[in-house]
Amino acid sequence: MTDQDALFQFLLRMGDNTLVLGHRVSEWCGVSPVLEEDIALANTALDMIGQTQFWLGLAGEVEGKGRSADDLAFLRDVWDFRNVLLVELPNGDFGQTLMRQFLFDAWASTMLGRLMYSSDKRVADIAEKASKEVAYHVERSADTVVGLGDGTPESHAKMQAALDLLYPYVGELFESDAVDAAMVSAGIAPDPASLRDDYDTLIKRVLSEATLNVPASKFTHKGGRTGYMHTEHLGHMLTQMQWLQRAYPGATW
Amino acid sequence: MTHPSTDTIWDWLDQVPDPEIPVISLVDLGIIRDVEWVKSEDGDELKITVTPTYSGCPATRIINQDIETALRKRGIDRLSLHRQLSPAWTTDWLSEKGAAKLEKFGIAPPSPKGQPERCPNCGGHDLEKTSQFGSTPCKALWRCKSCLEPFDYFKCI
Repeated sequence: MTDQDALFQFLLRMGDNTLVLGHRVSEWCGVSPVLEEDIALANTALDMIGQTQFWLGLAGEVEGKGRSADDLAFLRDVWDFRNVLLVELPNGDFGQTLMRQFLFDAWASTMLGRLMYSSDKRVADIAEKASKEVAYHVERSADTVVGLGDGTPESHAKMQAALDLLYPYVGELFESDAVDAAMVSAGIAPDPASLRDDYDTLIKRVLSEATLNVPASKFTHKGGRTGYMHTEHLGHMLTQMQWLQRAYPGATW
Repeated sequence: MTHPSTDTIWDWLDQVPDPEIPVISLVDLGIIRDVEWVKSEDGDELKITVTPTYSGCPATRIINQDIETALRKRGIDRLSLHRQLSPAWTTDWLSEKGAAKLEKFGIAPPSPKGQPERCPNCGGHDLEKTSQFGSTPCKALWRCKSCLEPFDYFKCI
């Protein structure tokens, strides 16, 4: 694997995370519990899809085969996606969506904070831009997790169930492989494992305020970021997201 | 060949409204980062550097089109637009003139306190946040408990 290949893979991982989660969150558009939450979710999705344009745009540039961010988003099939499994899981109820958002935002804010010091200025610039938005996202998702976790017995039970369901997907965010090693040695990105302590401190503070119990087991589902194996859900999501390009290849407007 | 000065170009751009909040101009918003004439063999080219407000702001593309249309109408046919991500846009770059126009329009301008200074409708100080997000990526929803009117607040980032 050349350095450029590794950088390309790293950028796909960053961009596919925000693309897939951005699309998932956009599925709430028009059907959220209240208007304010509908607008908030749509705005969050919009930020993530905007960040995707930067990450996948740069990925296409690094790859050097003339693929645009749109080409990468709409013309790849499921086995070429490099997002973590956490972000492709179905939305579930509103609480589950916000729990997933919080678990992701907490990672993204930590990761982007480090990427702002990347040796690759293009990566640092995107991280600088995105981190401002993510700071806002994590503030909101953390507040909502606390509000619902420390809420009524019913909302508390739903948030605990959401955490129990999603926590076994968190560990994949901190897995390392040869791509990560190449990024570390080039000074482009940190070793994901090195983010875990900061992450744990952040989520433990919020989840304890939310009166929720963090599952003890560190077992993790994985295979998304390496492309080894996605869950069955991503393929179904792509049939929706890529429908237009599949039905009318090359359509533009 | 002579061409308009960069000061003139800045004045022209100050007349291009933001597509989503038309009471302020693109210059008021602080997203035009640089205007310069670049020499090339077949004549000078105008280079405009623009930074996005939010990554996913759908107005970004329209803004670029509006800049190009406005300048071409003034007779500038050699121009290029450049996207600059760093330093990232901040509401500190919003002009004072722009902030005053926002408030007059009914949108509370960004405040370093991280919350609106006063209700843009009645000037009241008893305010509450109803949502961290509003009708565009750059705004949040607030409500005045004195006059009971909801209003937009231009988020501080």
